[in-house]
Amino acid sequence: MTSLLETEDETLLRDAARGFLADASPVKALRENRDQGRAYDAGLWREMAQMGWAGVLIPEDQGGADMGHRAAGILSEEMGNVLSASPFISTAVMAATALRNCASDRAKQALTQIAEGGVTYAIAVDEGAKHNPARTALRAEKSGNAYRLSGVKTFVADGASADRLLVLARTAGTTGDAAGLTLFDIDAARAGISRDSKPTVDSRDHARITLENVAATGEDIVGELDNGLVTLRHGIQAGQAALAAELTGVAGGAYGMTVAYLKERKQFDRTIGSFQALQHRAAHLWSEIEVTTSAIINAGRVLDAAPDDAALAVSLAKARATATAKLAVSEGVQMHGGIGMTDEFDIGFYMKRARVGAEWLGDYGYHAALIAAARGF
Amino acid sequence: MTDAMAELASYRSEIADWIMQSCPDTLRGARLDEDSIVWGGKSWVFKRDDQKVWMENAISKGLTAPRWPTEYGGGGLTRAKEKIFREEMARLQAPTPLESFGLWMLGPALLEFGTHEQKSHFLPPITRGEIRWCQGYSEPGAGSDLANVQTKAEDMGDHWLVNGQKIWTSYADKADWIFALVRTDRDAPKHKGISFMLIDMNAPGVTTKPIRLISGKSPFCETFFDNVKVPKSYGEGISSIVGEQNRGWDVAKHLLTHEREMIGGGARGLLGGRSLGTFLGSLDDGVLDDPVIRTEAMGLEIDSLAFGMTMERYKDQAQSGRGVGNASAMLKYYGTELNKRRYELLMSATGSEGVEWDGPHGTLAPEWLRTKANSIEGGTTEVMLDIISKRVLELPSK
Repeated sequence: MTSLLETEDETLLRDAARGFLADASPVKALRENRDQGRAYDAGLWREMAQMGWAGVLIPEDQGGADMGHRAAGILSEEMGNVLSASPFISTAVMAATALRNCASDRAKQALTQIAEGGVTYAIAVDEGAKHNPARTALRAEKSGNAYRLSGVKTFVADGASADRLLVLARTAGTTGDAAGLTLFDIDAARAGISRDSKPTVDSRDHARITLENVAATGEDIVGELDNGLVTLRHGIQAGQAALAAELTGVAGGAYGMTVAYLKERKQFDRTIGSFQALQHRAAHLWSEIEVTTSAIINAGRVLDAAPDDAALAVSLAKARATATAKLAVSEGVQMHGGIGMTDEFDIGFYMKRARVGAEWLGDYGYHAALIAAARGF
Repeated sequence: MTDAMAELASYRSEIADWIMQSCPDTLRGARLDEDSIVWGGKSWVFKRDDQKVWMENAISKGLTAPRWPTEYGGGGLTRAKEKIFREEMARLQAPTPLESFGLWMLGPALLEFGTHEQKSHFLPPITRGEIRWCQGYSEPGAGSDLANVQTKAEDMGDHWLVNGQKIWTSYADKADWIFALVRTDRDAPKHKGISFMLIDMNAPGVTTKPIRLISGKSPFCETFFDNVKVPKSYGEGISSIVGEQNRGWDVAKHLLTHEREMIGGGARGLLGGRSLGTFLGSLDDGVLDDPVIRTEAMGLEIDSLAFGMTMERYKDQAQSGRGVGNASAMLKYYGTELNKRRYELLMSATGSEGVEWDGPHGTLAPEWLRTKANSIEGGTTEVMLDIISKRVLELPSK
C-alpha cells in the first residue's frame, strides 16, 4: 500500500486552492447564487479553468494539467469546504475521465475544450430516485446509420446549464442489464431535448431531461457500442471519489464552523465549548472526519495507480463520506442551537449539500452493498 | 520503477521466501486464540513446538523487533520494509513470533529516553523473549487520574525504598520485571514528582495477586510493594530510572501513546487471519441473510477498512518526523469502540453457540467479555475524548 501522507506538492495545491476559494467563492457566494437564481457563477468557472482545474484530469497533449485523481480530490474537498458551486465534478472529473478513455479525435477535441473551460458537460445516467446505471431504459433505436434516442433522465447534475450531455442509452438487452448500453456525447441544444430544471435543496443545478426522437450518429458514440457502461464506469468512479472528497470537505466546513461557535457562544456564564457533553460530541465528529479522510486519500491514490481495481476504494470513500457528512451537518445544527435553524446562518447550506451529495452517484446502501460483495459477504 | 521501489519489491519476495522457510507450515494459518500468544520470559513454556521454531528463527534475524536497531537485537528495518514484512506475514498467515509489553512499550520508551547502556542492557533480552515485562501504572486511587500515583520511592542513598500498590498490572504474576510509575518527590505538583522505575519482580517485598474478571480469566493483578529495595544502578550507566528523575510523566505519556495505538489495533482471536465476511459466511443458519446482522456487518467492515488505513497513515506520519501527538488518542478511542462493535456482532452472529464457555467457537465468549475493557484500559474512551477536545480541538475549559 502506498503512503496516505500528503506530499509537498499536494499541500501546495491545497493551500493555493484554499486561498483562491476563500476570496473568490466563500459560502456567501452560494447564497448570492441562490438569491439570484443561478446554479453557479460562470466567471468563477472560467477562473478555475485558467488555473488548470478544468483540465486536472486531462493529458497535457490536450491542454490539460494532468494532475491526477488525488489532486482532483483535493480541489473537490476544498470546494466542499466552502460549498463552492461549479460544474467541476460533472465536467472536469466525470466527462473528462470518460472521454479520456477513448482514443477518438473527437474525444480529444472535447478534452481540449473542457481544459480551456470552453464547454461544460452533464452526465445523464439515472432514471429513478436511486443511482442505478444498469436500470437504464432510455432507448437509442438504430435507423440506418443513425440513432434515435427517446426516454427520460432524472437528477442530472448540472443538467440545465451544461453545453453537452453524456447520455447513457440502451442499444440492446433489457432494463436491468449492465450490458447493452451505449454512451452518447450530444449537444444539449439538439432538437428533441427538453430540460426541466428541478430546484434541489442545495441550490445547485439538477434537471430532468426528456429526449424525444433525438437524432444521433455513430460519431456521437463514446467508446464502444453496447459497452457504454464500461466506458462510463471509470468516469462514474472518478466522480464518486471526487464527490466523496467534496462531502468530506462539507463535513470539515460544518465541523469548523461548529467548533468555532463552541469557542465563542456563552450560556450559563460559560463558553458552551467547555461543556463536556458538547466536547465529546465534537471530538467524536473530528475522529470520524479523520478516519474518512484516510478513505478519501486512499481512493485518489488507487485511482491514480490502478484505476481498474479502484471499485472497493471508491465505494469505501463514498460510503464513509456520506455518513460522515451527515453526522457533521446534523451535529453542526444541533450544537448551534436555534440559530442553526435560521436561513441567515450558513450551517444549513452544509446540511442541504450533504443530503444531495449523499444521493448523487450512489447512496450509503448502494456502496455498502458493493463493498460487501467485494469483501466476500 | 525507481530504484527504491525495485529494492522494496525485491525485499518483498525475499522476506516472503524467508517467512515460508522459517515459519513451520503447521503454524501458518493455525487458529490461535488469546491463550496461544507467545509472551516469552524466564518461566515461559511453549505450548507448541512450531511456535518455538518460528520465534527462534525470527530472533536470528532480529524480526521479533523489526524496527529496533540491530545493535540492540532488532531487525533495523525501515518503516517501508517493516510494513512489507507485516503485510507478508498477514498474507502468509504467519502469526507474530513474539509479543510482549517489552516489545510494545518499554522498548519504545527506552529507545526514546534511555541511555546507551540502559538500551544495551535491557533491550536484547526483550527481543530474545528472555525477560517478560509488565507495566505498573494504575493504582486504586489513580485510574483515569493516572498522575495521582501514590506508590512512593524514598531516596536511601544507594537505593530507593519502594512502598505502595499497583492495580490492573497485566500478567504481573508471570512477569520477570516491571516498569512502574513511582513518586520520588512528594512535595512537587502531581505531574512533576513522578519517576519511571525499572524493578525486578523477584526483589524481596514484591507480591502479586490475580484479579478474576467477568471473562473468568485473570490477565490482571494487584501488585504490592512492601519495603522493596531498588538499586539506584544496575551497572555502569544503567540507572533504575528511565529519563530524568521526577520527569517520569514525560516517559509515561510517550509510552501511553504506544499503548493506545496497540489497544486501538485490536482484533485478534476468533477471526485470526480470516475476513469478517469469510467467517460470517462459514456460519450455519445463513446469518448474512439476516438484514440486521448484514447491515451491522457491512457498516463494521466499512469502518474497519477506513480505520485500518488511518492507523497506517498515522504511523507513516509519526515516522516522517511530523509527529501525531495527542491525535493518537483518536486511534485508541476509535479502535477500541470498533473492536467492541466487532465482538458484539460476532456474538450476535454465532447466536446460542457463542454464549457457550467452551463451544464450537472456542474462546469467543471470554474474548467478547475481554473487549469491554478495551475502552477502559490505557485511558478510557471518555479520557480520550477529553484529550481530543482539549488538546486537538482546543475547546475551552470554562
